[in-house]
Amino acid sequence: MPATYDPIATTTLGSANNSITFSSIPSTYTDLRVIITPLANATVYYMAIQLNGDTGSNYSFTSLYGNGSSATSNSQTSQTEIGIIWFNGATTTIPAFATIDLFSYAGSTNKTVLATNSADNNGSGTVERHVGLWRNTAAITSIKLFDTSTGRQMKAGTTATLYGIKNA
Amino acid sequence: MPSTYTLIKGETLASSAASYTFTAIPSTFTDLVLRMSIRTGAATNFSAIYIEYNGDSTNTFGSNTWLEGNGASASSSRYSNITGFDPSTSVNASTTTASTFSNVELYLPSYTASQNKPFSFFNAMENNSTTGYLKTHAGLYRTNSAISQIKVQTQANTFVTGSSFYLYGIKNS
Repeated sequence: MPATYDPIATTTLGSANNSITFSSIPSTYTDLRVIITPLANATVYYMAIQLNGDTGSNYSFTSLYGNGSSATSNSQTSQTEIGIIWFNGATTTIPAFATIDLFSYAGSTNKTVLATNSADNNGSGTVERHVGLWRNTAAITSIKLFDTSTGRQMKAGTTATLYGIKNA
Repeated sequence: MPSTYTLIKGETLASSAASYTFTAIPSTFTDLVLRMSIRTGAATNFSAIYIEYNGDSTNTFGSNTWLEGNGASASSSRYSNITGFDPSTSVNASTTTASTFSNVELYLPSYTASQNKPFSFFNAMENNSTTGYLKTHAGLYRTNSAISQIKVQTQANTFVTGSSFYLYGIKNS
């Protein structure tokens, strides 16, 4: 049976940084998956993604969000990124855990994204599920994970891995 | 390039059991994924399960925040400072439709890293007659120790025959 779930690249931050970027992503897989356990350096943390370096208003997303006391849903249109983690109450010693799935990333249709965030801090925390859309038919060759506030960073030790999944 | 999504151990129960434990989990992977198809014998519509790491049944190192939908509304709740991981009531029990099991996935990233351990837990219970549940949890096990054991147990009952527990390891290199 051929290998169908392969690590493409892993980044572990040696020092604090606002972003992690996977570039030169090969087109030889069917789907992509990113696993990241970010440590924040601030109590407010917002992680988003941009694809292929596109900073235009070509993204949208719909979210389901729970904070331990209420559940909400909202949608954002014509955004410059897809939101993955929104967490007010993060700590610098407890990592969050996010997954990002990009389906048929090398196809010639607009690109959809499913993302999860699981961030509990023993008394605070968020659970998030997102569906995102990048209105672009190009193959995805780079993924940037970043905080939209340049003053907020992921701490050293934050690890992100990009996996490729083949359907044959 | 090697395949990195590997079955560590798994079993479909040939007889009912109060719990299922994975021991001596190797530290050679990056992440763990536990996929379960489970149903309990409790005389109710749905039943609670409980997860314990590393045999730690006394320290209040566990917590979780969850988001759930029951077919009519969505809500969010939290448990803090608890022993183990209590994902609230959510899996099919004996008064639900026969031969119907709940799907559960537990994902533990960086399970050997010397840091607190976040994880996700996703559970679906559908019944075609009474309330169904869709629950997604952010869990936390506050220890820097590697996770080498995972125990899944029911609360005051058993997993029925046919329940399955499969643990996979994922490597990032």
